[in-house]
Amino acid sequence: MNYISSIGSYSIMVWEVFKKPTKWSIMKSLILKEIDELIYGSMGIVIFISVFIGGVVAIQTALNLTNPLIPKDLIGFATRQSVILEFAPTFTSIIMAGKVGSYITSSIGTMRVTEQIDALEVMGVNSLNYLVFPKIIAMLFYPFVIAISMYVGIFGGLIANSLGNYSTSTEFIQGIQLDFIPFHVTYSFIKSVVFAFIIATIPSFHGYYMEGGALDVGKASTTSFVWTSVVIIITNFVLTQLLLG
Amino acid sequence: MIEVENLNKSFGDVQVLKGITTSFEKGKTNLIIGQSGSGKTVFMKCLLGLVVPDKGTISYDGRMFSKLTVKEKRNLRQDMGMVFQGSALFDSMTVEENVMFPMDMFTKQSRSEMEDRVNIVLKRVNLIDAHKKYPAEISGGMQKRVAIARAIVMNPKYLFCDEPNSGLDPNTAILIDNLIQEITKEFDIITVINSHDMNSVMEIGEKIIFLKNGIKEWEGTNKEIFKTDNKAITDFVYSSELFKKVRQMYIEERD
Repeated sequence: MNYISSIGSYSIMVWEVFKKPTKWSIMKSLILKEIDELIYGSMGIVIFISVFIGGVVAIQTALNLTNPLIPKDLIGFATRQSVILEFAPTFTSIIMAGKVGSYITSSIGTMRVTEQIDALEVMGVNSLNYLVFPKIIAMLFYPFVIAISMYVGIFGGLIANSLGNYSTSTEFIQGIQLDFIPFHVTYSFIKSVVFAFIIATIPSFHGYYMEGGALDVGKASTTSFVWTSVVIIITNFVLTQLLLG
Repeated sequence: MIEVENLNKSFGDVQVLKGITTSFEKGKTNLIIGQSGSGKTVFMKCLLGLVVPDKGTISYDGRMFSKLTVKEKRNLRQDMGMVFQGSALFDSMTVEENVMFPMDMFTKQSRSEMEDRVNIVLKRVNLIDAHKKYPAEISGGMQKRVAIARAIVMNPKYLFCDEPNSGLDPNTAILIDNLIQEITKEFDIITVINSHDMNSVMEIGEKIIFLKNGIKEWEGTNKEIFKTDNKAITDFVYSSELFKKVRQMYIEERD
């Protein structure tokens, strides 16, 4: 029953976010601040992880190519497919659920604990619109992060391939170009938009409706990471079945 | 005037407010006192519209809150100022931005007009050099003064304060009490204060409402509180040795 109640509360929260908008001049600066915090601030960790994941995928594929009849360009092909279809959108989103999600839950949760949200409500401000809407809009730029993650991931694969001498760079690049289906990138971007909405709203929900003190802010952050990850994984399954199945 | 009629509120099986009827007049500092868990905070949240009562009505100058439209409620809220127990200043904003926030949100004033108004209210609460500081960089007493400045910046008709003295040393507490009373007189507003600080009761309690277990047990002024024979309030007020001695002196003087 608790789960059903939480889903209901979450749906109401999302509805409330889009009601009674905050003055545009204020909202504009809030959105820019969130873009800086959530998107630009995450670039470093996303690039770092993507380079190494791309490299590991290339090495793993190369080490499993024991049959001499299988062409070497498969390393580039497998790296591209793995990075574009799963590692960039899904793996990065799980990392973002930890980094960005925890930040969102703890910042909103602290505002709840210190009565800052009550202060907004007393002033007649729609606190959900003021706090959550800029995060949703900022996260619309998330596909750009995923695009960079894709590029950097494949580049990491190329470097690992060259350093390990598994195949030539030409063979790797031929593999990247082999049987390329542009819809796979579209599929990845569709997923990333949905994941962006999840990353912006589920942690906000856990922060906004939390009760208790400072210790509970930490607990809420952990719970929010778990639930954001679970919802991302289930949504990933459903979207893959719908778009590629 | 704020009129409260037969206010009831329950959370689950626990009835927190039981048929409270009272009124708060303009230009007066009204104190709601009572032990922890007596229903003071819920009562104030009902007055602010943050908690919806189960039964009863609250009227602001004849406007019944429950019958107002969403837009009317929003407009009414802009006539309210609130000083929270922990100040509730926005951490990411400077003192100036905190005070400017309600104006920035709801008025079309230019930046310079807003800055002028902020300067006036910060000067009124005796804060002159703190404009560019963040809440974490100033003391608790200064934070309370910023919260008062933010609450009065829009010229509210109703000022609510939830335990404005909590966590402050006695001298600063008296300064905050006096400031609230001066502002109440100066702007001719209705001020409602939640407190269990007996100094505040004696200093600025022009009207005192004593709550016990969600019931309005006593109502009167800070002068009448000495004369009352109501056991519940005398037990509460004279729980400290200091006030027991004060009462003894008063009785001896009277006799």
